[in-house]
Amino acid sequence: MALLELRNYSTHYVSARGTRVVKAVDSVSFGLDAGETLGIVGESGSGKTTLALSILRLLPMAAQNPGGEILFEGEDLLKKSSEEMRQIRGKRIAMILQDPMASLNPLFTIGDQVSEPLRVHERTPRRTAWEKATALLKAVRITAPETRVREYPHQMSGGMRQRIVGAMGIACEPRLLIADEPTTSLDLTIQAQYLALLRDLQREHGLALIFITHNLGIVAKMCDRVAVMYAGRLVEFGPVRKIFDEPRHPYTRALLQSIPRFADARDRLTAIGGQPPDLSALPLGCAFHPRCPDAIDRCRSEAPPETGTGTNHTFRCWVAKS
Amino acid sequence: MTPLLEAVDLAKHFPVRRGLFGRAQGAVRAVDGVSFVIEKGKTLGVVGESGCGKTTTAKLVLGLEEPTGGALRFEGAAIGTLDAQGKRRYRRGIQAVFQDPYASLNPRMRVGEIIMEPLLTHERVPADEARSRLHRLLDLVGLPAKAGTLFPHEFSGGQRQRIAIARSLSLSPSLVVLDEPVSALDVSIRAQILNLLRDLQTQLGLAYLFIAHDLAAVAHMSHTIAVMYLGRIVEIGAANQVATASRHPYTRALFAAALPSHPDEKREEIVLAGEVPSPLNPPSGCHFHPRCPSVMERCRTEEPKLRIMDGVRVACHLYE
Repeated sequence: MALLELRNYSTHYVSARGTRVVKAVDSVSFGLDAGETLGIVGESGSGKTTLALSILRLLPMAAQNPGGEILFEGEDLLKKSSEEMRQIRGKRIAMILQDPMASLNPLFTIGDQVSEPLRVHERTPRRTAWEKATALLKAVRITAPETRVREYPHQMSGGMRQRIVGAMGIACEPRLLIADEPTTSLDLTIQAQYLALLRDLQREHGLALIFITHNLGIVAKMCDRVAVMYAGRLVEFGPVRKIFDEPRHPYTRALLQSIPRFADARDRLTAIGGQPPDLSALPLGCAFHPRCPDAIDRCRSEAPPETGTGTNHTFRCWVAKS
Repeated sequence: MTPLLEAVDLAKHFPVRRGLFGRAQGAVRAVDGVSFVIEKGKTLGVVGESGCGKTTTAKLVLGLEEPTGGALRFEGAAIGTLDAQGKRRYRRGIQAVFQDPYASLNPRMRVGEIIMEPLLTHERVPADEARSRLHRLLDLVGLPAKAGTLFPHEFSGGQRQRIAIARSLSLSPSLVVLDEPVSALDVSIRAQILNLLRDLQTQLGLAYLFIAHDLAAVAHMSHTIAVMYLGRIVEIGAANQVATASRHPYTRALFAAALPSHPDEKREEIVLAGEVPSPLNPPSGCHFHPRCPSVMERCRTEEPKLRIMDGVRVACHLYE
């Protein structure tokens, strides 16, 4: 059984009068096994963050769910009460955000914040929780954790803050950790440290990881599976090597060709023409067709269904062969 | 041939004071004795992590900061000694494109005014000539002529960056400073802008000072790459040499930390310990020694000088 499985899941943002509908996530299906790493790739506005927030049920009021299921360890998260969800968040599914300062309270010590999930979810006594917090800081390779627990977020560097947020995330040993652009604010060598750390934590705790990113390099380095999103739809999903070696969807292919590489003699990059679409005024048919080099008439009128190749590799395209 | 721009031992130290009227308590050596040349029509890429001094270097080149040491020469003439007219010529010759096209364009001005503003502040241009120049600039960056009458909010990020590029070209500069020109853009748009910049370089013979975090993009765009660490250049040379056959331990670690372009691409795993130290109190000797995997005794006390090694200049005791 998959640890996490989405079945035709959608999130639509609806305006107060119900006249404007933004299909931020539209019939997305995929599965993730325990201990695996999934990369969700897409541009800004492709719905990747909304998808993550949907799994945690942290969506704003305007969001509606017109259908679908989110199965976590076999249970539908959409049927849980808010009290039950509160017990899942931070304990069984945790999330790391892009900006660590947004997840840290500047008025509390690092120890208070790292031990909070333990005290809330496991009712660990304060003193034991603090000891555990020190151990967690050590696990995320903070030097001198005994003094750092007593300090405040502003006394830490950016890389340390991101590691502290990571320590909070794994405090209750969740089964699934969702990381939304966790390294965009970090320098290259610090990013390398952090990615290595996440990988070690994953191995030690058998964590499943979801990486939300626009960076295909992170996907190549870290992920087992890739989900490519475009305008709220999952346009391609499959094992990482399949996606890099035999991308089926023209968008995935174009994206892979557009990034500069080392030892690459190309004078010009293969650019994707046009702009990402406005989600409240999506083109008819396949949302990528105005930018697609292979578009045929059918793409302009009818949205392509999900097609599979039988090796857990699915895509939505009329032209690509299965 | 005299290079377009030459920096000799360029330095910028910011004094640090305590309190409102306190005396200087030391200095942040943001740029500390940096030398490089930019040839006409070529690109110098500068890479390094935050605090390494690459933005301060760009500001010095743009004349937005006064150097506290060393000299900059533009077309052979030292900038410090230029008279008012020479300074004007220099400022026209060097323009900039910044990272965030949402912040760098005035939302109350029409795109045409934004693009033509630098030109109109520098010279008197008759209205019809100004119009035809505007159309030529818009055409050059791939925007329709009617874009001139619209406001910035009517454009997407990639188009805004095209507007910013058109503005930087309005004075026909010979050098354009590009500070992270694509990192604020969507991934699918970046290649468009990088291609545009390459095309403009060939068409107009522009030189670029290209600053970016994305090492593969820098390697793609640059003829020469300079790697900076805590205000100093640790390695500088031909782009493909620096990117694929790095010598300095820091350059090696930096390029090893760059993300792979394919899951099977194996890279040397060099994970550096620790973080970049404060430029207020940089380590003695070689600034990199506390994090260096091949540190030797003399690195702690003696500062390495840049030496030529097969056409690349490296500042490291390993190669002496």
